[in-house]
Amino acid sequence: MAETKTELLSRSIFKRNPIALLVLGICSALAVTGQMTSALVMSICVTLVVAFSSLTISIVRHHIPSTVRIGLQIIVIATMVILVDQVLKAFYFDLSKQLSIYVGLIITNCIVMGRAEGFAMSNPPIPSFIDGIGNGLGYGFVLLSVSFVRELFGSGSLFGVEVLPLTTNGGWYIRNGMLILPASAFFLIALLIWLLRSIDPSQQEKN
Amino acid sequence: MAEENPAKPFYSVLILAFVCSALVAGAAVGLRPLQEANRQLDKKKHILYAAGLFQEGKSIEEMFAPIETKIVELASGEFVPETTVSPNSYNQLKAALSNSTGRSLTSEEDIAKLRRLEKYSLVYLVRENERVSQIILPVRGKGLWSTMFAYVALDGDLTTIRGVSFYEHGETPGLGGEVENKRWQDGWRGKKIYGDGGKVALQVVKGKGANIEPQKSHQIDGLSGATLTTKGVDSLMEFWFGDHGFKPFFARLKETKEKTNG
Repeated sequence: MAETKTELLSRSIFKRNPIALLVLGICSALAVTGQMTSALVMSICVTLVVAFSSLTISIVRHHIPSTVRIGLQIIVIATMVILVDQVLKAFYFDLSKQLSIYVGLIITNCIVMGRAEGFAMSNPPIPSFIDGIGNGLGYGFVLLSVSFVRELFGSGSLFGVEVLPLTTNGGWYIRNGMLILPASAFFLIALLIWLLRSIDPSQQEKN
Repeated sequence: MAEENPAKPFYSVLILAFVCSALVAGAAVGLRPLQEANRQLDKKKHILYAAGLFQEGKSIEEMFAPIETKIVELASGEFVPETTVSPNSYNQLKAALSNSTGRSLTSEEDIAKLRRLEKYSLVYLVRENERVSQIILPVRGKGLWSTMFAYVALDGDLTTIRGVSFYEHGETPGLGGEVENKRWQDGWRGKKIYGDGGKVALQVVKGKGANIEPQKSHQIDGLSGATLTTKGVDSLMEFWFGDHGFKPFFARLKETKEKTNG
């Protein structure tokens, strides 16, 4: 691979975003984007998990027999997720309560598995680690953009701080009920994909 | 890669699984004291929420200091001296599982679907000028998917609800999960548990509660889209404030009150 490290890091954010181009990890992008705080924590957790699982898998990649590689990858990923979950419970209890099952569900986040299988299995540890961080950041970028819109127009706040005073609290802003529902993230992600593909036409699929 | 030796997959899986399980076990054991402390703190926070004593910015321990933790024997309603069971280390859920400190409930008794009930329960007392002004009681019961845990704060009259706080559950987020909703919990304030004749009259009804007396003071709006969670909340209240729950304790409290007055 002739890519430099910065390229490796940045291409996952815009050029080859895991959600926008590869359409991986959509499920959690719907679930945790209602509030920016939970989206931020989720992005950090996913970044850590992808980076460290890619690193571990890349280190032991020569010892992984191809017949059982998927199972071994899952073991490594699950270990990382449990570690993250335990640390959250010990140091950020309120957040871990808010994210509840979604932290555990990182195991099934296709981005982690996709990077392990698609990159870490055939690349040295350092690039794999950087690729993991890049993908985590790309995921975080989409999550934060979507949750920015959803929280601002759905709940009138950003990171829990009131920005647009809601009519229900005596303000003037009538909240957009649709944005509170998880399904609205579909529309926002679609708009984002549209935007990214218009800026960079090479992402468009050929007919 | 794997062609050389057919036993190799087994070795690599075994070694990796061993390393990973050691990591997980290490983290779980090493971080447990911290997590346990967090859980205790979270419970205290919810006791304060229920009692309406929570203030932003103050430390939880500081706010919790005036609250007295006691242990009550459910069947007799008597306070249990601290020398028998220490309130600080008493684990109510664990106690329910052991035969010496708990018992199984028969299906007629078990309206909240607890299966087992402990002999002793924790209660929290808030005193104002020597008189008990609030009692906060831990309650639990099955909803649709999970056991829901809550604290209910009662006024000194032992029937008016001062507040309620659900702190642990696994109900569907957005539907049954709305038991956490502060606005819904606010609707509990001022409702009365007991009707005429000392029966539990409190009801969590489907849809909106009645707007006219006498039902108004006993009915709580159900959660829309969560019929079974609502039913669960309704029956857990009926159980914990009935004869197998805290009713004997209330009777005992009233008795001692009359004695001291007379």
